[in-house]
Amino acid sequence: MTEQATAHGLRESATFDRTTMAEIRRAASTGVYDIRGGGSKRRLPHFDDLLFLGASMSRYPLEGYRERCGTDVLLGTRFAEQGVRPMHLDIPVTIAGMSFGALSGRAKDALGRGASAVGTSTTTGDGGMTDEERGQSKHLVYQYLPSRYGMNPDHLRMADAIEVVLGQGAKPGGGGMLLGQKITSRVAKMRTLPEGIDQRSASRHPDWTGPDDLTIKIQELREITDWQVPIYVKVGASRTYYDTKLAVHAGADVVVVDGMQGSTAATQEVFIEHVGIPTLAAIPQAAEALRELGMEREVQLIVSGGIRHGADVAKAMALGADAVSIGTAALVALGDNDPRYAKDYEALGSAAGYFDDYQDGTDPSGVTTQDPELQMRLDPEAGGRRLANFLGVITMEAQTIARACGKSHIQHLEPEDLVALTVESSAMARVPLAGTSWIPGAATGY
Amino acid sequence: MNTLTDNTTFDLESSSLREVNRALHAPGVSGAKTILHPRGAHALAAGVNAELQITIEGHVGYYAAGMNQQAAITIAGNAGVGVAENMMSGSVRVSGNASQSAGATAHGGLLVIEGDAAARCGISMKGVDIVVGGSVGHMSAFMAQAGRLVVRGDAGEALGDSIYETRIYVRGSVTSLGADCTSKEMRPEHHQELAELLASAGYPEDDTSAYTRYGSARQLYHFTVDNADSY
Repeated sequence: MTEQATAHGLRESATFDRTTMAEIRRAASTGVYDIRGGGSKRRLPHFDDLLFLGASMSRYPLEGYRERCGTDVLLGTRFAEQGVRPMHLDIPVTIAGMSFGALSGRAKDALGRGASAVGTSTTTGDGGMTDEERGQSKHLVYQYLPSRYGMNPDHLRMADAIEVVLGQGAKPGGGGMLLGQKITSRVAKMRTLPEGIDQRSASRHPDWTGPDDLTIKIQELREITDWQVPIYVKVGASRTYYDTKLAVHAGADVVVVDGMQGSTAATQEVFIEHVGIPTLAAIPQAAEALRELGMEREVQLIVSGGIRHGADVAKAMALGADAVSIGTAALVALGDNDPRYAKDYEALGSAAGYFDDYQDGTDPSGVTTQDPELQMRLDPEAGGRRLANFLGVITMEAQTIARACGKSHIQHLEPEDLVALTVESSAMARVPLAGTSWIPGAATGY
Repeated sequence: MNTLTDNTTFDLESSSLREVNRALHAPGVSGAKTILHPRGAHALAAGVNAELQITIEGHVGYYAAGMNQQAAITIAGNAGVGVAENMMSGSVRVSGNASQSAGATAHGGLLVIEGDAAARCGISMKGVDIVVGGSVGHMSAFMAQAGRLVVRGDAGEALGDSIYETRIYVRGSVTSLGADCTSKEMRPEHHQELAELLASAGYPEDDTSAYTRYGSARQLYHFTVDNADSY
């Protein structure tokens, strides 16, 4: 509130605040809905609402700098005896799927460099696999999306894992869109589309519709790759308990659950903020589904959506994740929304730290643009180093917490190590409210 | 028998799907391969990447010849969902009918279905040529991006909905056109390409003047509020 408003005792409506009214005015003047990038911006129950208990009289901590705390993870072990090669990552933090098209080729290059430097994986996105990304990525997950843009069996065989994407946290049930400003000749060619058009990505796969069909689709992908490559199934967090069970029944090696804080390159604001559930609410559902099926640790669970630091990594893993994925945090590490471009952000009517118009292709940081000049602002080598630094830091942070809880491996963290600060987070995460043994709704199912 | 280079017959009564597909994927594989007793097997001859002549004697399940590269695959029977899906090159011929999503997202090659194709034939096709001897079901060529779809019979509802640059030729009736799909003039170059497609599919006797061309009106290539009723 401005000083003048405060002085006059003015009271802003919580329902019709200035942001809400600005959107009403924008819609009234333009006649189109607001499209933006990023994930949910509203305050949601999140990892901040959880705390670790740490060691005490009844728990034995590990020494911070002397005693080992493992961080590696095997993904895709379910059918290893049948020839599927699990992916062995040094750290449990992976890079989420982001498309070439949404991101510049140099950004994809940097993501590959940073991930490879610390022994983790990166992931393609809508639009196919680029040479930059495959070349720089030691471990590369190839997304199999409804649009099948750039879908190529040679790339399937070149991948270290395949991720069948049913949805993403920012927009469960929604397809994608890449507006014409970003459809350059290279992007258009990779997607077999005319240059400069607003490009839609389908919300449903074109050749299967339900879980039974998915079983057969996974079988096809296994046959094409001769049963050598792990197959992930990614869902946007919504009916996560059931989706996880169905994905396991369909034959997934790994289930990826993306909460509503997970970002998109371009989607309607109303979709981002009002469809899907928070990451915190999704993880226990997926973990319980795996437990009930006897598949805990056999089918791995990767969680994404709002992972920012090592505490988030540790909390996600304590709730049942085998690994996490980061998207937004990785882009920030590369330089997205960096204050050094403050003037450029302001010139776009935004500000460093607020910019979310990734669909426009005008990103001053050069990360989410196809503009030839802006792209050059990102040095892939330097960006890769920053990302590697960040991944290293959040892994060490997670280790710090794991040691404090007496764990010799991050994966040994468990719900018992956590308490919740709020009733809501307690009910969602299924851990007790701090200072009590109470978990609201614990006796009920999903 | 050398299954790598000799003309070979596989029998799914005595061999597993994985064994057959692995043999078809083997580096250096060549020659003619025949597969007996498919009995609706899924993903049969999927992921082949060699200049093979493959004949499947019987009906197949989902995704037969999926993602085919180079091979000439003949299915002497009916095909389930997604036959030749995402084909890159080569050819696939179905002597009977095909279920939904035939040729879905295929980037190249030629798919010929002598009978009818069900719903969503050529959905999101990206460069393949599809010739259907009979009729196609609803939502065929939905979001079709490139390539040609020829229908010697009729087309169901919402043909070519949200189509991009695919060209569609239909000889019979069309129940309805989808959003942004429109009939277009048959210019000489279209008669010529249609004649070539029909000849390559084994129908050289067809009169191209009996066909109507359909394609994108290109009115929905950019989002505007004025098009809201079309989406």
